[in-house]
Amino acid sequence: MPETLLEIRDLVLEATSYPPGEPPKTVTLVHGVSVSVEKGKVLGLIGESGAGKSTIGLSSMAYGRGGVRITGGQVLVNGRDILKIGPGGLRKLRGKEVTYVAQSAAASFNPAKPLMEQVIETTLISGQMTKTQAEARAVDLFRQLGLPNPETIGKRFPHQVSGGQLQRVMTAMALCPKPDLVVFDEPTTALDVTTQIDVLAAIKRAIRETGVAALYITHDLAVVAQVADDIMVLRHGKTVEYGSVQQVIEAPREDYTRALVSVRSIDHAEKPEAPPLLSIQNVTARYKGTNFDVLKNVSVELPPGQTLAIVGESGSGKSTLARVITGLLPATQGRITFAGRDLSPNLAGRSRDDLRELQMIYQMADVAMNPRQTVETIIGRPLEFYFGLRGAAKRQRVQELLDQIEMGRGFADRYPAELSGGQKQRVCIARALAAKPRLIICDEVTSALDPLVADGILKLLLNLQAEEGVAYLFITHDLATVRAIADRIAVMFKGQVQRYGSKSDVLTPPFDAYTDLLLSSVPEMKLGWLEQVLETRRMEAAGN
Amino acid sequence: MAHPIVKLVAQRLALGLLLLLAASVLIFVGTQILPGDVAQAILGQSATPETLANLREELGLNEPVVSRYFGWLFGVLQGDLGTALSNGQPIGPALGGRLANTLFLAGAAAVIAVPLAVLLGLVSVRYRNRWPDKAISAVTLATISVPEFLLGYIVIYFLAVQWRLLPSLATVYDGMTLGERLYAIGLPVIVLVLAVLGHMMRMTRAAILNVMQSSYVETAELKGLRPFTIIARHAFPNAIAPIVNVVMINLAYLVVGVVVVEVVFVYPGMGQYLVDHVSKRDVPVVQACGLVFAGVYIGLNLIADIVSILANPRLRHPK
Repeated sequence: MPETLLEIRDLVLEATSYPPGEPPKTVTLVHGVSVSVEKGKVLGLIGESGAGKSTIGLSSMAYGRGGVRITGGQVLVNGRDILKIGPGGLRKLRGKEVTYVAQSAAASFNPAKPLMEQVIETTLISGQMTKTQAEARAVDLFRQLGLPNPETIGKRFPHQVSGGQLQRVMTAMALCPKPDLVVFDEPTTALDVTTQIDVLAAIKRAIRETGVAALYITHDLAVVAQVADDIMVLRHGKTVEYGSVQQVIEAPREDYTRALVSVRSIDHAEKPEAPPLLSIQNVTARYKGTNFDVLKNVSVELPPGQTLAIVGESGSGKSTLARVITGLLPATQGRITFAGRDLSPNLAGRSRDDLRELQMIYQMADVAMNPRQTVETIIGRPLEFYFGLRGAAKRQRVQELLDQIEMGRGFADRYPAELSGGQKQRVCIARALAAKPRLIICDEVTSALDPLVADGILKLLLNLQAEEGVAYLFITHDLATVRAIADRIAVMFKGQVQRYGSKSDVLTPPFDAYTDLLLSSVPEMKLGWLEQVLETRRMEAAGN
Repeated sequence: MAHPIVKLVAQRLALGLLLLLAASVLIFVGTQILPGDVAQAILGQSATPETLANLREELGLNEPVVSRYFGWLFGVLQGDLGTALSNGQPIGPALGGRLANTLFLAGAAAVIAVPLAVLLGLVSVRYRNRWPDKAISAVTLATISVPEFLLGYIVIYFLAVQWRLLPSLATVYDGMTLGERLYAIGLPVIVLVLAVLGHMMRMTRAAILNVMQSSYVETAELKGLRPFTIIARHAFPNAIAPIVNVVMINLAYLVVGVVVVEVVFVYPGMGQYLVDHVSKRDVPVVQACGLVFAGVYIGLNLIADIVSILANPRLRHPK
């Protein structure tokens, strides 16, 4: 008979917000969710942002982040209701019986203390082990998690270790006091895919070898399919579907789950080659005051009305390329031609038409807009600046643009804070479109959005391309997005173009080593994918 | 290659020296050139043209300003602060004694005020928005809001006159034991502590509260640590830089700004010395005092900068 470790019954969570100038508002975040986890099992909590998955995860430690309160239900850990054990009881529970791995390990380690001190902190406080024993256990865990130099990495400070390694150290920190349950809160979301696969494998192995139970929280169904035994799909704080991983992935019962499983349904036919609108030849660039080139000899071309996807991991130079094209960072060498004319490397040397025809959309839509301007002012600004539109003519054009981005005309008087993430990004698209550009640089524009919302944005971008003939330089780390919209692809690695050509050429084997690593690291929505990839890699390594 | 910290610290030191040089120019210009004729100022309305000319010659006022400045600067660099006009004595030894007294008073106040302010800041954070926090805030705010001279007279009235616990005049002289000296300066120390406590405590509280928002404090909470452990072990070390900065500004104030308190308690420190000689128009003394004050101010801020650099783990442990 399996033992139930965590049992959450009819959990209700509320938060009170204090909007300025209005009476306080109490919102119910989670409406009566029930969860149970057996010893040694992994439950995946999945949903979009705001679904309540992290909030539920933290309630297993009776912790409410930012004013969230548990107002109903029971949370039983090892059979006792932790909502009734008081602050002293909770201190014994947290960090010992139940531990936590956060999304950003880089922010979750104290920057002023060496790693080892933080990893063994709770183990020492609870008096389970002596310092020597605890350190030996930590080193064992470091080794188990595949960290380099397990003996000495504990002496390092958080900033001296890479993001992927820190995430593993945090996992070691969670496992060190021999907990019964670990809450993993999006532990691989902030990592590059090639790093994610290693961390995921390390976490999975550690869970299996220590026999710990886990709550695994993520928005990525393909990731959770690799580690979970059961999956709970959440939406707006309610359970949508709860079942075994096999059932949820392979035979989802609910429409919403089916939409999540089959996301990225866009099918985009590649356009034929054509003379380029934008041509970048042998561009090299470096940041001021550094002595190393962030871009090395980059050459790519983009025909009008097509999409060139720039793919790569963080630090590969993709955003720097955007800065060079827009003139924010002048290239030290090379040439950029646009619509048959040479573009000045400096922003100051460019004509107003150069500026108008080359627009940009950013990852963080909310910081790319002035929070004190209405949607109409934001979209109207380029109309005024480039075309001198005023009054009724401007208002008319703003309305047309709102139609084009599939938002109601009533949005014109709203402020950015009153819009959802997807709506904000749509307004940014309208603002770029208002200038009648020939090229829009899209820098990770869907990365901060939930998959279904991101899908809508991509569809909109493709429709606009068909209507307006605008070209996109699409910077992303997400290969699924690339497959969905690109005509041409450039794979970047350490400031160089590793592989470049039409989409079909770039995505067809034989691959170079890096592209192969990148492509094979993208999680696929099927069971056993992780083992399969690792096995293939081991065979290849053995074969070499 | 040298540790990057060595370079940063060397830069700060060089910058400090440069600042001190600039301060010396300002002090010289301010005292020598702005008031017009120094000789006239010294001799007053009744001076005859001959005595004025003689005095100018004696003071070297007929020489160009630049050469006078360098003459003074080189003297200072060799340890010669010049001669007081009012009594013809060398300034160095007199000023040294006064400076020692001021540093003793400021030091005694700092030894009490700094740990107390940091501790009260920690307690405020621990009980934020509850009564201990509010009480600490209210009391410290009240004491900085009262002017120092009034605070001085209030403590004299209660502690010296009514309850006769401490002497109202902070008289010190050679040959006193340390205990006697500390007893003598009891009242001015209390006034100075009350004057600087509020600022340091509030900044400590703000700096730590700022750090309390970070994810690693949440990590510590989810580790089940005690609230005070979280504040002292995880928040405080990351708030050292801003705290040290405000502590140093207040220490500098203790040295430079004690003039009023010294006058109230008739304490023979730098402040009294400066005020006396300003009224006697003894320009060389005023210059010397200005330079010492500037040196203390720049020096303490330099220490704050260096401590901030040393407190940053990214600089202390480069990749």
